[in-house]
Amino acid sequence: MVRRLVIAAAVVAAASAALYARPQGPPPGTPSIPLAQAKWEPWNNPGLATLPQNVEPDGPAPRRDLTGLWDSGRGGIGARGARGTPAPLTAWGEEVSKTHKSGDGIRQVDVTEINDPLSTLGDPSGFPRNLLFELRQVQFLTTPHSVVALHMWEKRWRMIWTDGRQLPADPDPRWYAYSVGRWADDFTFVVNSNGTDERTWLDNAGNPHSDQLRVEEQWRRVSKNKLEVSVTIDDPKTYTRPWVALDKLPLVQIPMNVDLMEMLNAASEVQAVANQFKGEK
Amino acid sequence: MRNRLFSFTLLVGLLVVSSALSAHHGSASFATTEITLKGKVTEWLWANPHCFLKIDAVDETGAARNWNLEMGNPTDMTQRGFGRRTFKPGDEVTVTLQPVQSGQPVGRIRSVILPNGQKL
Repeated sequence: MVRRLVIAAAVVAAASAALYARPQGPPPGTPSIPLAQAKWEPWNNPGLATLPQNVEPDGPAPRRDLTGLWDSGRGGIGARGARGTPAPLTAWGEEVSKTHKSGDGIRQVDVTEINDPLSTLGDPSGFPRNLLFELRQVQFLTTPHSVVALHMWEKRWRMIWTDGRQLPADPDPRWYAYSVGRWADDFTFVVNSNGTDERTWLDNAGNPHSDQLRVEEQWRRVSKNKLEVSVTIDDPKTYTRPWVALDKLPLVQIPMNVDLMEMLNAASEVQAVANQFKGEK
Repeated sequence: MRNRLFSFTLLVGLLVVSSALSAHHGSASFATTEITLKGKVTEWLWANPHCFLKIDAVDETGAARNWNLEMGNPTDMTQRGFGRRTFKPGDEVTVTLQPVQSGQPVGRIRSVILPNGQKL
């Protein structure tokens, strides 16, 4: 009987995983092609539809350098929430989470009840939801004082200060937090952030956070053309322990001269789309 | 007893699967079957976070109804060959879609044949 249960559980798990993974993967039938064969239009590219089969000609990772335009091939689209299993909510976190009525994931409600500030008001997704929901293409620029992250999604930028300053002790909340970065070794750039505005949701499933949220990103340069990112959430007011919300998501380098299309949740469009959904009822 | 437990486990699994299928931006529950409609475009909304195509089409009810068809966001639709100017009102299109289970003229597009015969 145990064997049957194990098999049944495996079947269910596999089916569920496949279904949950579906909206985060490439469009059905999208072939995976070598990176060198990717075709780029002069303007308005949507990026890679899937991660390429190979990234040749590759080479060794340069030391302490993320500079480049990086693409997760749609792997960074966490439509149904953070990929990791969230740590158990504290009692406070549980109460807050009950007020979050999301359009996707574990807190999904009817379309008329959704109160996601991103999809109903056109609010900024904020940090780290921009990493956990729509990590589309990101370009890193390096200056003497900072690493600048230019995100395709929402056309936002983030300043990651590398000049040795400390995170603010009592930050005035911001949509995109405060970030400082350092090289843990020659190929691993660690970013620590705090001060995220409490109006933001942590991810697309409406996981909450508090003013005690601290986020650690690890960007690991695997090779010249490969990068990985992991994101760890630490918020003792909301979660009983730190948890990994994104685990080694792979990205590949695409040419720096690729022009990316805009992808913004403009308030007027958000309203127009909401009206369409309500018309479905 | 064994069979009951096995069946129960599978039932729970199927419920999980069903839940996953319906989970998409809080939108209506889509049928797993597909239908094909031929109709005229009345509106093309190219917007984040979702695009919508509306067509007037005679469906299985025998009446001409205005179908509201959900699609992905512009970035993802661009990867599938769609664009802001793909449709204009009056275009005759053939659409394969998953209708909602409620019977309302609402669905999710699976593929479209454009007036020039191109299939997206």
